[in-house]
Parts: sequence; C-alpha cells; structure tokens
Amino acid sequence: MDFLLDTTTSGEKIIVMLIAIALFVAVMGLVLWLADRPSVPRLVTVSGFVGPALLLLVLGLLYPALLTIIQSFQNTSKEFVFLDNYATIFGTPSFRTVLFNTALWVVLVPLLSTGFGLMYAVLVDRAFGEKLAKTLVFMPMAISMVGASIIWKFVYEFRPDQAGIQQIGLLNQLLVMVGFEPQQFLLSPPLNNLFLIAVMVWIQAGFAMTVLSAAIKSIPDEIIEAAKMDGVQGMAMFRYVTLPSVRPAVVVVITTVAMATLKVFDIVRTMTGGQFETSIVANEFYSQSFSFGRPDIGAALAVLLFVLVVPIILYNIRQMRLSEEQR
Amino acid sequence: MPSRKISRRLLAMTAGMATVTLAACGGSSDDSDPMADVTSNVDCADFEEYGDLDGKSVSVYTSIISPEDQPHIDSYAPFETCTGATVEYEGSRDFEAQLQVRLQAGNPPDVAYIPQPGLIATIADSYPDVIQEVSPAAQSNVDEFYNEAWRTYGSVDETFYGAPLGANAKSFVWYSPTAFSDAGYEIPTTLDELYTLTDQMVADNPDIKPWCAGIESGTATGWPATDWLEDMMLRTAGADVYDQWVAHEIPFDDPAVVTALDEAGKILKNDAYVNGGLGGVESIASTSFGDAGYPIQDGNCFMMRQASFYQAQWPEGTDVSEDGEVFAFYLPGETTEESPLLVGGEFTVAFADRPEVQAFQAYLTSPEWSDVKAQTTGAGWISANSGMDADLLVSPIDRLSYDLLTDEATEVRFDGSDLMPAAVGAGTLWTAMTKWIAPGDSSESVLAEVEASWPSE
Repeated sequence: MDFLLDTTTSGEKIIVMLIAIALFVAVMGLVLWLADRPSVPRLVTVSGFVGPALLLLVLGLLYPALLTIIQSFQNTSKEFVFLDNYATIFGTPSFRTVLFNTALWVVLVPLLSTGFGLMYAVLVDRAFGEKLAKTLVFMPMAISMVGASIIWKFVYEFRPDQAGIQQIGLLNQLLVMVGFEPQQFLLSPPLNNLFLIAVMVWIQAGFAMTVLSAAIKSIPDEIIEAAKMDGVQGMAMFRYVTLPSVRPAVVVVITTVAMATLKVFDIVRTMTGGQFETSIVANEFYSQSFSFGRPDIGAALAVLLFVLVVPIILYNIRQMRLSEEQR
Repeated sequence: MPSRKISRRLLAMTAGMATVTLAACGGSSDDSDPMADVTSNVDCADFEEYGDLDGKSVSVYTSIISPEDQPHIDSYAPFETCTGATVEYEGSRDFEAQLQVRLQAGNPPDVAYIPQPGLIATIADSYPDVIQEVSPAAQSNVDEFYNEAWRTYGSVDETFYGAPLGANAKSFVWYSPTAFSDAGYEIPTTLDELYTLTDQMVADNPDIKPWCAGIESGTATGWPATDWLEDMMLRTAGADVYDQWVAHEIPFDDPAVVTALDEAGKILKNDAYVNGGLGGVESIASTSFGDAGYPIQDGNCFMMRQASFYQAQWPEGTDVSEDGEVFAFYLPGETTEESPLLVGGEFTVAFADRPEVQAFQAYLTSPEWSDVKAQTTGAGWISANSGMDADLLVSPIDRLSYDLLTDEATEVRFDGSDLMPAAVGAGTLWTAMTKWIAPGDSSESVLAEVEASWPSE
C-alpha cells in the first residue's frame, strides 16, 4: 500500500481520491452524529455544525488572505518594508497607467453594459420575436472570456493596405471597403483600452439585459395603466415609471458588473498580454508575481484590488437591506 | 517470453504512439514511413542500464509547441519501447509563467525543458527543496560529450541543475536564394554591406519593405527583439563588454548598450525598411515570430533575422537549401575578420528523483537520443553533443549551424537575456523591447527601465 503516499499512475490517484472522500464523509458523519445527540450541550452542537465550515474558510480563505497582506508589506527577501511596495505602485508612471486603466474599466464597463442592457430590455419588451432577440444578446455570456477574446482579436486583426495583402480582420476589412486606412486597434494607447472594454461590454450587456428585463416584467400592470391614464407616454414613461421601479435591479446589475470588471484578467491577458499600456491591476498582479519575480508587488496589487472591491460590496449589501426594509 | 513483453510494451504506449509501435512489433512495417524506422529499429542493449521501468511515467513540461513538439515526442519512443516507461509531454505558450505557478502550487512536472539558465537560477533560489541536481548518469554523459561551457550554463553556484538538451545558432538572416539571384543581390559579408544591400532593395522595390520581423509570442512577447539587441551588442561592443553586460558588471543601460540597441533600431525602427507585407514598425509587436518569415515566400520582404530553428516553421514542402526557396545567411560582423555567434539551447531540469525520471534525464543527454532526435526532426535541430553522428544532420542549415558552432574562429556566446535573472531576462527586458517597438519608446528610456528592475543583491 505504499502507493497511498506516493502515487504515480492515474488509477492510483483515483483510488487515493476515493479513499480521501470516504474518509471525509465518515469523519463529517461522525462529527455531525455526535453533535446532534440530544444529550450534548448546545455549544458542542453549534460548533459541530458550524466548525468544519469555519475551519475550511479560515484555512482556504482567511489564512492565504492574511499571508498576502503580510507579503505586501515585505520585500522579496521577506524583510518588512511597510508601504514601499504601495509607494512603488503609486509612484511609478507605468503602474499609474495600470491604475488609470483599471479606473477606466470600472467606470465604463458597468455603465455601458447596464445602459445597453436596459435600453435593449425596454425596446424588446413585449415586441415581436422578443425571445429570439434576447437570446442573441445573451449568447456572449455563454462564451468563455478567453474564447471571446480570441474572437475579438481576429475582429481587430491588422494587415497593411498594400497590393497582394488581404485583410483578415472584420473591422479593418469594413474600414478598407469604405475607403479608410486599416488601423492597429490594439497597439495605440489610450484608445486600445476602449477596444478591450468593448469586449467586456459585449459579454456583460447580455447579463444586464436578462436581469433588467425580468425586473421590467415584474412591474405591476396597474401602475402602468394608472400612468397611462394620467397621460404619461414614451420617454416620460421610462423616466418616471420604469426606471424607478427597476432601480434596485439596476443597482445590483451595476455593482455585480463592477466587481466582475475589477477582477477581469482573461481579456487583457489574451488580447494584449498587458502590453501597449493596456495592463490592469489583475493582469499586472499576475505578471509581477509570476513573470517578473516580484511577488511582493504582486501581493500589494492583490490587496489593492481587494480594497477596491470592498466598498462596492458594502454598497450592494446596504442597497439590499434598504430594498428589503421597503417591503 | 517475447509475446508477454510485446503486450506489456503495447500497454505502456500511449494511443498516439500505437501505429509506430505496431509496425515495430508486428513486422507489418510501413516502409514508406521513415519515422517508424528510426524509432523502432532500436538496439535495447543501450537501455539496460536504466532498468525495467514498466508502468512508470515521466511528465515533461516545455515551451516547445506545435509543430516543433512532435519530433520531441517521437524521439522518446526508443526509451519507452525498451524500458516500458511512458513519457507524458505537455507544451505551453505560457511555460515561463506557468512553470513557476505549478512550482508554487506544489505541482511541478517531473522534468521541465528550460531554455533560460537565468530561470534555472531563479527556481534554484526559490525552490531549493524541489529542484533536483542532475542525476549521476546524466552528469557523466554531459562530462563526456559536452563542452565544459554547457555545464556552466546549467549550474547555479557550482551545483549542476540543468543538463543540456538541444542547441541552436541564432545569428542568422533568412532570405530567399531565388529572389536574391533574380535581383542579382549578393550575400553581405559585413554589417555595412548589409545596410547597403537594404538600401539597394528599397531603391529597386519601392512597394516592398526589405525586412520583416515579428516579436509576438504569448507571454514571452518581446524575446525575438532581445536576440537582435544581443547580436548587435556582440558586433558593436564586442564579446568582452557583452559578458560584463550579461553579468551586470556594467549598468544595463550603459552607453555601449544604447549604441547596440540603436544599431538594431536602424533596421527595426525604420519605416522604410520594415515590415514587409505586415504593416509599419508597430506591426512587429503584433506579428507572431512564427509567422514573421512567411512574407519572404510571398515576395513581400527579403530578409528576416531568426535562429536556425526557424526552418521548422516553414510550411511543409518548402525547399530549404542554398539554391532553394528559403535559406539563411550568417548575420555578418562589423568586419569580415569578426564572427561572433549567438547561441541558445534548452536544459532539462528534474523536479523528482524517482529512478524513471533520472533514467529519462540520462537518456536525453546520451548521444543515442541526439541521433534519434536529429532523425525525427529531419531539419531544424542540432545538439552540442559531440558524441552525436553529424552525418545525420540532413539539412544544410543545420550543417551550417553545426559548423559555425564547432568552428574555432567563431566567438560563441550564449543568449544573454537567457542568462540574466528571470525577472529581467524573461520579464522586464521582454516588456521593454515590446515598448521599444510599440508605442516606440526611446532606447535610453527602455534600457533605463530594465536597469531599475534588476534585482538587488
């Protein structure tokens, strides 16, 4: 049974995995059975049920998070340098570009995707072929981020305008057809950031549309009828009836997309690798930690990302509480 | 018990190798397939020292991807057939970053092919308990068959971690012999002649750019430009200054380095010279290094600087020879007397000391493997293994590389960026060279950025 400690083949690994799962089930079953017996004190029952989950959270989430925070205050030789890493991030022009790009993403992606999603949801609501129209916009959500990035990389692909050379990028082909010069969309900062952001908006608009469409459908018909009787129409209907009614949903969508945007990594990694001044915090964290041998800077970037996400989560929770109180 | 042995062998083979093995065992050999011949007519006597490794497997993680990976996979067949072990090959474009991710996660491959001695040093520093010294059998092979310098490249503080695998000569310019002879161009023998020839091409062909180049390579984007810089360093500053630069005895942005980079910029950053059929200077950054030479075949450019291994990139059926569709000439020195040669290579580093891993590493250092690899590759691969049968190098470009590599007159230097600490050589230098191309920062500013990123100590 030596292979239990030193597996070499897949078969052995699967056996070890099955044994581990069986052990886990047995131990958990024993703990829960013991904790659930009527004779034991309440404290034991509670810790028996909550304890394992807490333990895993501490080991899998809290402990690595603390390690990362500590590492962000150290240099690569594990000596404490306090805020030096953060000073580097805020003091170096190339890192400031990264921060600026991240800000650009966090502002533009939620606003644009929610805006497009809301507009689309209102326009197709109760229109002919609504289901098909919604499916089309939702489809990008089903494509993996890397897949979407590769597709869009082809869309932006550049070939020079020269005899014997065919454009293979859709966008440049369109430009050439109407008589413009082909463009290097991904190479010229700062505009190339917008072309990357467009990919994220393309993906997230479907999500926004689905949630907001459901919210619009849940507006009671009485309210709409009452508004119509009062003579409200068109834009006014949207501005004074629809929008206020779906406000909680809009907030949820914006904050969810904002969080997804802060964490976005795949699009930048796949399309430019963070070159050409398109890097954002999540991508820079990876490059610094694993390519440039600076895990200290990487840790500081990860902590920064965490600090940026926290207010959005807090705002989200507050809004959820408020909307629950209203009911 | 031959029948039992055959069935055991078959079990050990992966599905992909099945056809080759069947031909070997069943005798119904497919004579039209030269590969089956190379990998099956093996004298297993040479493999007895490795012992019986039946059912064992060795995982290999590399940066070598299609189409260069298949010859590697094929070259393991004799080892697999004779010892019964299985070799699981995995190539990745993100190798340099992913290897460190896997090491940090405690999930290292058994063997990694690392092309950068600097990365070996970084790993030896960060994961001293995981990285293994080269096994004794492999060490004795290296001592017997390789020039001492190769052992130095793979060593960190006197400990020998990386055994040499393949080698390649980098100071080459690919061109089309037919296009050259049609236009009456001569192969330049000095740098000045190269520039004169380039100007001549511009004057003769106003619609065509003479040079093409591409430095896109996934996470490793930028590395082909570092070869340009190093080749120019060897030519404008000389080998001694080059050594000081690589060892960081002079600052990374020393005026000599700026001069060398500007020399490379004479071609790479000149809109009149690049980028044939691919766009302007910026397009170098977005063109994959593997695709960069194709405009030569289409007649959209005349020359592209890339190492000898580039011949594997040409489409199947391309005539790579002195009078053929494509061939390479030696990137000349400043004078005809100087002939510096930039070389590169891969090193095998083990992260496990199981017998099958040690045996596999030893096999890769043996002349037998070099011979098999030379045949499975056909063209586009050389090794610095002196025990190798040089007659097996069928490709003229491999012969040329091998001759240059072994010629006393050439001043051979290992790729500098690969010797530097990984944070620079496989990190900031690549990014800096990409920035130098697009958006087009100045030589001084990108070199100063690299200098600032050099790890302290």
